[in-house]
Amino acid sequence: MKKAGIIMIIGSLLLLGLFKFPLWNIMLGAPQYPEPLGMNIYITGIKGVSEFDIQNIDGLNHYIGMRTIPKTEDMWEFEVFPLVIGGMVALGVVVGFLGFFGKVNHWWFIGWFALMSVLGIMGMYDFNLWLTDYGTNLDPNAIMKMTNPDGTPMSYKPPLLGYQKMLNFDVDSWPHIGAYLMFVGMVLTVIAFFIGKKEWKKKVFATT
Amino acid sequence: MKKSINSLLMLALLAGLITSCNNSKSNKNGDRGALASSAAEKVYVAPGEHDEFYAFFSGGYSGNLTVYGLPSGRMFKEIPVFSQFPTNGYGYSEETIPMLNTSHGFVPWDDLHHPDISQTNGKLDGRWIFVNGNNTPRIARVDLETFETEEIIEVPNSAGNHSSSFITENTEYVVAGTRFSVPVPQEDIPINEYKGKFKGALSFISVEEETGRMDIKFQLMMPGFDYDLSHPGRGKSHGWFFFTTYNTEEANSLLEVNASQNDKDFIAAVNWKKIEEYVNNGGGTKMPANYAHNVYDHGTHNATTTMKKEVLTVDPTKVPGAVFFLPTPKSPHGCDVDPTGSYIIGNGKLSADLTIHSFDKMIDAIDNKKFDGEAYGIPILSFEDILAGTVKQAGLGPLHTEFDGKGNAYTTFFISSELVKWNIETREVIDRQPNYYSVGHVMIPGGNSAEPFGKYAVSMNKITKDRYLPTGPELEHSAQLFDITGDKMELLLDFPTHGEPHYAAGIPAEILAPKSKKIYKLEENKHEYAALTSGDTRVERDGKEVHIYMSMIRSHFTPDNIEGIKVGDKVYFHITNHEQDFDVPHGFAMIGANNAELLIMPGQTKTLYWEPKQVGVWPFYCTDFCSALHQEMQGYIRVSPENSNIELSWSLGE
Ligand SMILES: [Cu+2]
Repeated sequence: MKKAGIIMIIGSLLLLGLFKFPLWNIMLGAPQYPEPLGMNIYITGIKGVSEFDIQNIDGLNHYIGMRTIPKTEDMWEFEVFPLVIGGMVALGVVVGFLGFFGKVNHWWFIGWFALMSVLGIMGMYDFNLWLTDYGTNLDPNAIMKMTNPDGTPMSYKPPLLGYQKMLNFDVDSWPHIGAYLMFVGMVLTVIAFFIGKKEWKKKVFATT
Repeated sequence: MKKSINSLLMLALLAGLITSCNNSKSNKNGDRGALASSAAEKVYVAPGEHDEFYAFFSGGYSGNLTVYGLPSGRMFKEIPVFSQFPTNGYGYSEETIPMLNTSHGFVPWDDLHHPDISQTNGKLDGRWIFVNGNNTPRIARVDLETFETEEIIEVPNSAGNHSSSFITENTEYVVAGTRFSVPVPQEDIPINEYKGKFKGALSFISVEEETGRMDIKFQLMMPGFDYDLSHPGRGKSHGWFFFTTYNTEEANSLLEVNASQNDKDFIAAVNWKKIEEYVNNGGGTKMPANYAHNVYDHGTHNATTTMKKEVLTVDPTKVPGAVFFLPTPKSPHGCDVDPTGSYIIGNGKLSADLTIHSFDKMIDAIDNKKFDGEAYGIPILSFEDILAGTVKQAGLGPLHTEFDGKGNAYTTFFISSELVKWNIETREVIDRQPNYYSVGHVMIPGGNSAEPFGKYAVSMNKITKDRYLPTGPELEHSAQLFDITGDKMELLLDFPTHGEPHYAAGIPAEILAPKSKKIYKLEENKHEYAALTSGDTRVERDGKEVHIYMSMIRSHFTPDNIEGIKVGDKVYFHITNHEQDFDVPHGFAMIGANNAELLIMPGQTKTLYWEPKQVGVWPFYCTDFCSALHQEMQGYIRVSPENSNIELSWSLGE
């Protein structure tokens, strides 16, 4: 299982990209913002794409009564996410090594992938909850109270994935480099599973 | 005198002949058929797209500098330099009032003539643009990241600062020559003692490489002629500077006749490297002087004035081999050096010919001491020895020449009202195009450097008459844009310019646009009275003086209710714009203020002075439509009688 072990190690190491690159990116363009405002969401916090973007997004959001964009210390996620990702990288590397030396079989690889997928879905679910809360839980004394045609208060929840028009803004929400590295890494662990499956069979065949 | 009037009459007749001849060649009514549509395409910059060049036009008697785009001819900005500018509070705000200080006190206006962009190795580098104030002699440096005036230095012993503000090949110096000669030092003497007693100061102002800071290195005290225009040598002639003179007759009255008698005036060739060396070795005489040096700091957002008390003067006869006179026909105006630095072109404004001096021949004549007499101890070279050639009958009244970097020169002719293209080596006229009307200077982007961008030429005209819809007796001046990429110059566009542009400087947009500043960073704001957070806002009284530390952000002032101000107080509004977003300035206007408004850029602090004179509750508001709630951006100040006991208080949202 030499090849599979190496791929497993590489795959899980790619998750380290999340410490350097954003997981997600949300861009806000409008007629008055030919250069759109943007925020990059890292597992460790939220940063503006340009130096003053967060301040300027908050400045605009105060008209519609949205809370300011959370700082790192305002959300438990930014403490837990790095621990979870770090733990999964360590686990993946250990499993990969054990696989490399034939101590564990390929099912451990797919097991890692399944655990990572569950954690990832939970993370997305949590992210969506936050977006919903942030976009709908508005200051009752907001300067501008916009309503839908049916009279219900308008939600400013950005899309979880994709494009949406919100008032004068064009909002784009897409995964960023960190997420792509993670996807590639996870695909590699699946590949490691299939290669490991072949290599394991050979090994079992050779020993019997 | 009779003879000169006759010759003037003849000039006028000739002018009539030549212009009528031009008119028959090309119809001035703009009916250009298929040509017109191709010209329209060449100047059309589609909505949202950008121009290829910035062009900085001097404002003449507006005292300011205007920024245009080429080829569209659209005006982008007016940069206040020597004139108070109520539009943004320049020269009215406490921070910028010192910019207009001089030895004559506060001078809120000037006559701005010749912009020149900084260079490195003779090429435009786009760090700064220098301009001259003609009336109360001053040189200003405008920063090309902020497009704001950063520094103004007064030039002592000078009057009519006209042969300015031209820079040397590496921006070592910005040079300022006096148009009027004056007694140096000034004294109470009869005017008719002019001859021999008056001096013409040519000032070499050093420019600090990193900061651009200016300092008068030395003043060359020349004979009492009128120094009209100047240009630096470049390439092989780097180290020299050339100044046109008129009134070598040294007349002090009725100059239009008395200063037009000599068949030839001079171009003064100054070897400034030699004088620099002389000065660095302790040469020159320090003389008492009094002149203002005003510097604006983008950190403190404040200008300060320093009065300087001394200037170093140099007697040209004390530095052998440094100054020579090149005889040049008929009161030359422009004195232009071609991009290679080989030719010095004298535009004798009362002549029909152009005189081209050869730098090599000049050096040769100097080396062989072939002098043709001297004036006030300065050697005069012989006209024939240094002449490269003349452009014969090129037009009437040549004023100024610019270059395209492809071996061609473009000369404006004021009297015959045309732009003439000619070949520098063969000195043959290639093309001539009429100008509407009476062109002064011409500008080709980089046309006054070693590397011109020879795509467009803009002529700046002195007379407008019927070019645009009439606007009463007073008109803006007209400019005409030519495509100069072909053999023939093609008129593309005709557009009005603000004030009276005497010259302009153009530069490719790609050099300036990427570094143009968008905001001032609040965290870098070092203003003494800044309120960097809303928590810093407050009102403090010190006797009659009241300082209001105020902040502004969309869409409110903090504080916006202030009480405890009394009639007779001296109130200073120190207002900091807390925005950090591009193009979100806020304005500030106080009812009854005797100065102007403030327009405050993001991150900036500005101060307005106000004397409350009447009891009551008086409003202030934001003048810049900053947001959907701009109209809500307002506040009140309660003004109580002088003897009232109302305590100072301030609030927001209570
Ligand atoms: Cu405002």
